Amino acid sequence: MMGPWDPRIEEMPREDLKRLQYRLLKTRISYLYSFSPFYHHRMEETHVHPDDIKNLEDIRKLPFMYKRDLRDNYPDKLFVATQDELVRYHVSSGTTGKPTVVGYTERDLENWTISLARGLVSCGLGRGDVMQVSYGYGLFTGGLGLHYGAERIGATVLPTSVGNTERQIELMQDLKTTAIACTPSYLLHMGEVAEKMGVSIKKDTLLRTGILGAEPWSEQMRQRIQDWLGIRAYDIYGTSELSGPMFCECTEQKGFHVWGDLAYVEILDPETLEPLPSGERGEMVITMLQKEALPLIRYRIGDISAIDDSVCACGRTHPRVQRITGRVDDMLIIRGINVFPSQIEYTLMSIPEVGQHFQIIVDRKGALDDMLVQVEVNKDAFSDKITDLMGIRKKVEHRLRNILNVAVDVELVEPGSLPRFEGKAKRVIDRRKI
Amino acid sequence: MKKNAFVIKQISVFSENKPGRLAAIAKALQEEKINILAFSIAEADGFGVVRALVDKPHKAHEKLGKLGFNAAFTDVIAVRMKDEPGGLHEIARVLGEGKINIEYAYAYSGKEGAVLILRVDNVESAITAIQKGGGTLLESSLFQ
Repeated sequence: MMGPWDPRIEEMPREDLKRLQYRLLKTRISYLYSFSPFYHHRMEETHVHPDDIKNLEDIRKLPFMYKRDLRDNYPDKLFVATQDELVRYHVSSGTTGKPTVVGYTERDLENWTISLARGLVSCGLGRGDVMQVSYGYGLFTGGLGLHYGAERIGATVLPTSVGNTERQIELMQDLKTTAIACTPSYLLHMGEVAEKMGVSIKKDTLLRTGILGAEPWSEQMRQRIQDWLGIRAYDIYGTSELSGPMFCECTEQKGFHVWGDLAYVEILDPETLEPLPSGERGEMVITMLQKEALPLIRYRIGDISAIDDSVCACGRTHPRVQRITGRVDDMLIIRGINVFPSQIEYTLMSIPEVGQHFQIIVDRKGALDDMLVQVEVNKDAFSDKITDLMGIRKKVEHRLRNILNVAVDVELVEPGSLPRFEGKAKRVIDRRKI
Repeated sequence: MKKNAFVIKQISVFSENKPGRLAAIAKALQEEKINILAFSIAEADGFGVVRALVDKPHKAHEKLGKLGFNAAFTDVIAVRMKDEPGGLHEIARVLGEGKINIEYAYAYSGKEGAVLILRVDNVESAITAIQKGGGTLLESSLFQ
């Protein structure tokens, strides 16, 4: 096992790391108070002055930033760097309203690359690996982010981007890909396409590592991917606002390490906004401690997760955030009950009779919300007897009802008939008109 | 005559209950020049199972699988019936007395008489019961 990419930082004693975080925070806030009209104004509104920040815990006095701040200040009004200091733009797909533009200084790109270099090394990659980057290249951050991160650690990059799946599988065999970076749903799609081509990713390729992210996925999905494809699958987390994919799990697979010199994570109770103890699920709030062009302070990123503050078995002292278990804004309210699509995924993964793809259709029948979950019947589970198929449907309905506490209709559909996603999966169709 | 000579491989296909699905299955079989000897559709809420006796079951299974259909083989038996009042009763009585449960059945009557196709809970004892009761089973080689 290789050592860390940067042991001085990654294995820094926790107290030293906290001191470093405080210094970085204080520096950033003082700078923004002087040079960011937006954040200056927001601090004035909440009656906070940089002098009020006397230790790391005082971060709680600072005002939040929201996704809508980025949209309202489109395209670049939040930037504290001038255009001639920027070396790149990325633009996120505006699924809700306007797109978000992120600018990068040279230092921003460097920190992004370093963050990924640390993460990729922490899951066992390095020189000699061939990394197929099957995230989209272009305005989306996934492709270029992983590209430079993998190059930095001395891996050989195969920049396939998304799509043309059959060719990707041929190249995977011909160029002896050992690691792939893509969305978990695209990797599942690849596995299916490979099987149709008569290729077993497990037996006919050298693939052994998957760096999977850009959409929520579950522990069950990890097990299924690992068993089926014969690889180790690691969760990677990030959004364009943070720079892109940033934080990756280590070989322990117990959540992604958030590098404390780059970011500070709080987990808050979504109702009271009070901090939650280690291990409890809540709303994740992120402060980027070194980001130059587009600063993010106490950013309400909208993801639900929990933090583990204990020192990792891998020796790294930086806190780990558990896989994202939902989005504050993806949450569906069905007959008054909060439902996260990730809970549905989690449940379906534990039922071998149904496939890994699903779609949720929400509608309103009369005054009542109605949720339909479509699932594909696995080939092995297909029975010629209607009663057996009805039994599968009942079983799925029953399990979902137990987990979600709300009645769900299940529809069995033909294998391959549900949409496959090459980018972010859109699994919810909400037809309610309220 | 060995008992398994009477076991016929029926092809069963999972299908969503929506327009065009049967046409898609039938077209696939046509393309492979597969003849359908008998078939039925069982429907439930939102989905159905198409069951067919075809002359080339392995070819049908391969073709449908390639097209992404969920297809499987099911063992059934076919019993010749008299094409006259009481023909069905004769066979059903034999099975009932033999304590054989019928899971599903469908039938056709053509030039050579009437045939009842059955999926039963225990194929071997069904064959024995029918033979003891004087019924005639069709060999799978007649179809396939």
